[in-house]
Amino acid sequence: MGLNELTIAETREKIRNEEITTLDIVNDLKEAIEEDNSRKDSLNAYISFNMDEIKREIDLYSKINQKDTLLSGVPIAIKDIINVKGTKTTCASKILKDYEAPYDATAIEYLRKNGGVPSGKLNMDEFAMGSTNESSSFGVVRNPHNRDKIPGGSSGGAASAVAGNLAIAALGSDTGGSIRQPASMCGVFGIKPTYGRVSRYGLVAYASSFDQIGPITKTVMDGALLLEAISGHDEKDTTSANVKTEKYSQYVGQSIKGKRIGIPEEYFGDGLEEDVRLSVEKSIDVLKEAGAIIKKINLKYTKYAIATYYIIATAEASSNLARYDGIRYGTRFVKTDDLDTLYRKNRSIGFGDEVKRRILLGTFTLSSGYYDAYYLKAQKVRTLIREDFKTAFNGVDIIVTPVTPKAAWNIGQMVNDPLQMYLSDIYTVPINIAGLPAASVPCGKTSEGLPVGLQIIAYHFNEADIFRAARIVEEGV
Amino acid sequence: MNYEAVIGLEIHVQLNTKTKTFCGCSTSFGEEPNTHTCPVCLGLPGALPVLNREALHKAILAGLALNCEVAEYSVFARKNYFYPDLPKAYQISQYEYPINKGGYVVIKDANGKEKRIGITRAHLEEDAGKLIHDEDPKGPSYVDLNRCGTPLLEIVSEPDIRTPDEAYNFLHAIKEIMQYVGVSECNMEKGELRVDVNISVRPYGQKEMGIKHEIKNMNSFANVKRALEYEMKRQVRVLRTGGTLKQETRLFDQSKNATVPMRTKEEAHDYRYFPDPDLVPVILKKEEIEEIRKELPELPMAKRKRFIEEYKLTEYDAVNICSSKKLADYFENAVRNYKNPKKIANWILSEMMRVIKEGEIDIEDFIVKPEMLRELFEIMDSGLISGKIAKEVYDEMVKTGKRASAIVKEKGLKQVVDEDEIGKVVEEVLKENADAVEDIKKGKKNAFGFLMGQIMKKTKGKANPKLANEILNKRLFQSQ
Repeated sequence: MGLNELTIAETREKIRNEEITTLDIVNDLKEAIEEDNSRKDSLNAYISFNMDEIKREIDLYSKINQKDTLLSGVPIAIKDIINVKGTKTTCASKILKDYEAPYDATAIEYLRKNGGVPSGKLNMDEFAMGSTNESSSFGVVRNPHNRDKIPGGSSGGAASAVAGNLAIAALGSDTGGSIRQPASMCGVFGIKPTYGRVSRYGLVAYASSFDQIGPITKTVMDGALLLEAISGHDEKDTTSANVKTEKYSQYVGQSIKGKRIGIPEEYFGDGLEEDVRLSVEKSIDVLKEAGAIIKKINLKYTKYAIATYYIIATAEASSNLARYDGIRYGTRFVKTDDLDTLYRKNRSIGFGDEVKRRILLGTFTLSSGYYDAYYLKAQKVRTLIREDFKTAFNGVDIIVTPVTPKAAWNIGQMVNDPLQMYLSDIYTVPINIAGLPAASVPCGKTSEGLPVGLQIIAYHFNEADIFRAARIVEEGV
Repeated sequence: MNYEAVIGLEIHVQLNTKTKTFCGCSTSFGEEPNTHTCPVCLGLPGALPVLNREALHKAILAGLALNCEVAEYSVFARKNYFYPDLPKAYQISQYEYPINKGGYVVIKDANGKEKRIGITRAHLEEDAGKLIHDEDPKGPSYVDLNRCGTPLLEIVSEPDIRTPDEAYNFLHAIKEIMQYVGVSECNMEKGELRVDVNISVRPYGQKEMGIKHEIKNMNSFANVKRALEYEMKRQVRVLRTGGTLKQETRLFDQSKNATVPMRTKEEAHDYRYFPDPDLVPVILKKEEIEEIRKELPELPMAKRKRFIEEYKLTEYDAVNICSSKKLADYFENAVRNYKNPKKIANWILSEMMRVIKEGEIDIEDFIVKPEMLRELFEIMDSGLISGKIAKEVYDEMVKTGKRASAIVKEKGLKQVVDEDEIGKVVEEVLKENADAVEDIKKGKKNAFGFLMGQIMKKTKGKANPKLANEILNKRLFQSQ
């Protein structure tokens, strides 16, 4: 067994016992990645895995870190939308293909402080816009369970690398399901923390009021350790919460006896694949056997979530991505004397179709004369959806649902049907709208052998209950 | 038909904070390009803004001074547009929920009557960078982002202004108030104050507004007035000759002393304002606002009124003395426990201002401190020196920073008040100027002045003029 197959908990132990070093693990990872790269149907999970940079990271770690830190030198792969000082941060976009981050994201700073070693930048949908990882300008990522299938998105590279043992663990980002959906499709654990739990400083913004960084890991315990390592208040992000970070790992393995679990009717309607439903229901039984009280609940505004999300998220995106114009940021692809031409051509060449689609959508909904009908109305619905969850959480501790209506589909299947792709986010998007924490934990497989994930949602800052329940499901299945 | 103008102003005032609005970079002016920048003000991907509390504080202070209602809930919004001096391609500003709204400033209208000009809002926003263009029009342009992120207060007036003079007075009042509360020096040359105006004309008595024109690019208050005068005439002329006006933005061209078209309404930007999701709303408690109100100094209008009443200054003197807070403070310190403040005011406005202007001196750094000026006056009042000598002493004080008493002593400038001594000089003068004495006897009164001049000359100005006058009088007219 290569060291690349280890979990964080195992790696940490071996490093502490001086059985192995970070470099040993990285070498095994490199070997596995190279082997994968030599395949025709390579996972293509990384945008860069630069040994010089990683060795520099290891040096940095050995200078400042003690072995008894939370992560003790475990290499962590990073989605290429999170700034790691001195490495390229491309957001899988042509327009940032040469952009090198001159500073660390706060999550990376905290990761380093807790002994994590940033190792490699992961492929993703361009600017985290997509649910399939097909919008990357660095090529599609494949699903290790079936290489004809998508890994999900937008943190597709992260989920694929962790599932395919090309990473010990990874940091992704989740705006409308971008951690949970690929984790579900690749059969690994992924958690989007409460909005404000992890600083967004240094996470390249897609939709600022939804974006959160979170772990994608092989086990629930690893997820707890990694989340603990990156969480905490940050003065550089005014939306970051001044709420004490908990030791999430201590909840892994704790009982859920007496915990009230809500099952929202709206998440089990038309469009939910039978195989997915069966796996999810099976894991609900597991939770029940473990002593949880199962309650049927309603989240009546669920049907408006997709529309609400795609209005607000694209509005924010249209503004967040405006800076990539070839003047200060973004590769300058054309030479011209005319400023408008420069903007137009650079952005036309630099952005892919999905990004352009969302910028145009957002520009439209913010335009004078349309603002009230779209953006403002969507904000009002957002409040209703939040209230919906608040009411539901008065009667339950956690809510469980499927992560996606279907397991991973074929690469290329929905490329020409963006609306269908957007609709596949139906179960994950409401959580971001409400800013709640939610995880995807593997809970079975379809008859085709594709992984299915269970979504576990908790109220703001109650990640603890998610880890409790997730571990029960992980064990039971 | 007679027309009147309807004018509103948009004034950008740079707040004098140490650091920028949303990051810790220095706001210092005139530095090497791009040396005061960081990921936040450069708009680096992933960087986030954090509100500078000092900028907020100063914005509130300014708002209170403009009699605004300070909002307990205000929100930063993004103003989206593309320009090379704006690295994020949006400016963080305020839109729907500004920090200050609904205030007013009192100015004097053409008849000298007080008039209120409404303040619609005064919101906080960040400045853009600066573009530097090569002299060769085909050459490159450079971007300096040192200024990018500097806090600005955008003050928007109600369309209450009716004449270019009122606009001028309003600007002056705003500048004075900002300087008084210490939030900005409003130096236009440094870009600390920038003005855009909106102007339309309508027939007298008509309620509806005319077609609005915005004018930009005026670099002095005088040019604002000139641009408005030009634009008013131009618009009236168009209407009088049967033409129609269309809403547009125009630029003031200083060399032509005229406004020229820039863009029409159709070409106007749609800024797509929306609340900035990176910044949480600013929530203030009533008590916090009241706490800040306590920091407000006495404002120019109130100070002028008080000076007229308390120190018996004329309106003219009060306006000039109160034209800056530093000068007003100087005056007040100088006249403390002094019986004739009007005299000191005159001196400040003539002798002192001449020195200050010539030397481009900051009043706070002025070598002659207020109490030193008072001492000079006390010496003068005691009869120790004459007004003429006082000027000489003052010049020495300005040069050396020494006290008046020391200078008088050192240079022996003490006035001669000894009757015998003056009497001796008078005798000498009479002897030496027999012709003049004859003239006086013939009734030529102005010869008296000549003799007085000779006495003062002989005593190097030190003779007490009143005494000399008396003695001369006595000697010429009573001894007969």
